[in-house]
Amino acid sequence: MNDYNFAYLDEQTKRMIRRAILKGLAVPGYQVPFASREMPMPYGWGTGGVQVSAATLTPDDRLKVIDQGADDTTNAVSIRKFFEKTAGVDTTEETAKASVIQTRHRIPEAELREDQILVYQVPIPEPLRFLEPRETETRTMHALQEYGLMHVKLYEDISQHGAIATSYAYPVKVADRYVMDPSPIPKFDNPKMEMAAIQLFGAGREQRIYAVPPYTKVVSLDFEDYPFEATKADAPCDLCAAEDSYLDEVILDDAGNRMFVCSDTDYCRSRREAGHIGRLGTEAA
Amino acid sequence: MTPLLQVKDVAKMYGRRIGCTDVSFDLYPGEVMGIVGESGSGKSTLLNCLAGHLEPDNGQVIFDTRAGGLADTVTMSEPERRMLGRTDWAFVHQHARDGLRMSVSAGGNIGERLMAVGDRHYGNIRERAADWLGRVEISDNRIDDRPTAFSGGMQQRLQIARNLVTGPRLVFMDEPTGGLDVSVQARLLDLLRGLVREMGLSAIIVTHDLAVVRLLADRLMVMKDGHVVETGLTDQVLDDPQHAYTQLLVSSVLQV
Repeated sequence: MNDYNFAYLDEQTKRMIRRAILKGLAVPGYQVPFASREMPMPYGWGTGGVQVSAATLTPDDRLKVIDQGADDTTNAVSIRKFFEKTAGVDTTEETAKASVIQTRHRIPEAELREDQILVYQVPIPEPLRFLEPRETETRTMHALQEYGLMHVKLYEDISQHGAIATSYAYPVKVADRYVMDPSPIPKFDNPKMEMAAIQLFGAGREQRIYAVPPYTKVVSLDFEDYPFEATKADAPCDLCAAEDSYLDEVILDDAGNRMFVCSDTDYCRSRREAGHIGRLGTEAA
Repeated sequence: MTPLLQVKDVAKMYGRRIGCTDVSFDLYPGEVMGIVGESGSGKSTLLNCLAGHLEPDNGQVIFDTRAGGLADTVTMSEPERRMLGRTDWAFVHQHARDGLRMSVSAGGNIGERLMAVGDRHYGNIRERAADWLGRVEISDNRIDDRPTAFSGGMQQRLQIARNLVTGPRLVFMDEPTGGLDVSVQARLLDLLRGLVREMGLSAIIVTHDLAVVRLLADRLMVMKDGHVVETGLTDQVLDDPQHAYTQLLVSSVLQV
């Protein structure tokens, strides 16, 4: 006997969320309001992403959940277990084998395919929020495409730091229309957003869903004389020697030693299994 | 010559109370119009109706737009009106805090209008911001300071720079010198008079300070209880007031 409806939410709620998702896909980058439900986890832990995943999953899907690129952190493990229990779907840690990937703060390094869906957890969906506190005003600005204010933020960055210092949640313009917050992914991941997979964004507390359809134009905002740059730590991964992946810095002791490791644990593992060894790496078991 | 702004029978009611009513006048390019009257006489209501912040209940406000010629700003679409609001029009608030972004540096404040009309070159934006800071007598090295670090007079001058950077043709000012001490007022008025003459601006200035209109305005409109009671050339109205209320107003000015 199954104590839960498939994927926890009742069917009517899933229909409501699917309608919001379809509207979001039809108007790329537009924030669709939806009636966010109380989920059995606190706000800020991915309630929006979980609801979008629940509405997206079918019994044949294979789910992967990552948090900051890692499959083994608390958030990722608990959401994966949640769906194992309430939906009974297969789960995986391998990007290539997953059909639905819920993510917090990263896009996987491996290129995604057309038969995959990437679900983002979004804390604050409104890119203009910290510049313009009034919701009525930000909605008008989106409606009338008044996005000059977004550049004021970038201007402030350059005048204070000499370069665009915004390094995560870097604002993008989707399909030449809506300015969108890509959730707090590092700006290193921004160029990857023009991808083959469907990208869905869920903000549970703020009650918004938005989406980027496959192969949609996604442009990071910048100035003509200060163009957008995708940045990462200037080092190879110390475990798998990857030069092209986004790195986490890990402090090793109090004598100044540190290491850089891929934030995408699946990518790092697959490279080590393929025989790549970094500065501090060992042979794969 | 076509008037820059034609106001016809503008009226605004707050429920049953009159905000302002039966206001009509023409404003020609390069002309500065003063609106005076006591608190609650409908000056600010009128200004907000003209600047598109309030929707009048009756009347037309016809503006001679750069692109499309005469257009009624009351019935035009909101995007068009907002576009006017950041290109051809400028609005100087009484409290600089209402017109500035206090958490954004002086340069960013001035650059906002440029970026809003599509300027995407940091170097150019910064250069023009520095230029305008100079024109309103704020030194270059304050360009990265926030307005919170500025004095009241400097904030007001910064607000003016921020508004004039896109080269507007019509400036609305709501008590631009309110809350400033007299010496700062004098410098601000001097600056405003210079800018208005130099750029050939038209302006509508709402104030209760007769000295301000004496210095800046070519023509004067006196309001009382939502009605216009007297209009005429500034010197004529102030030196030879006809209406009883205007006589009272002129005689109420304290002599030092």
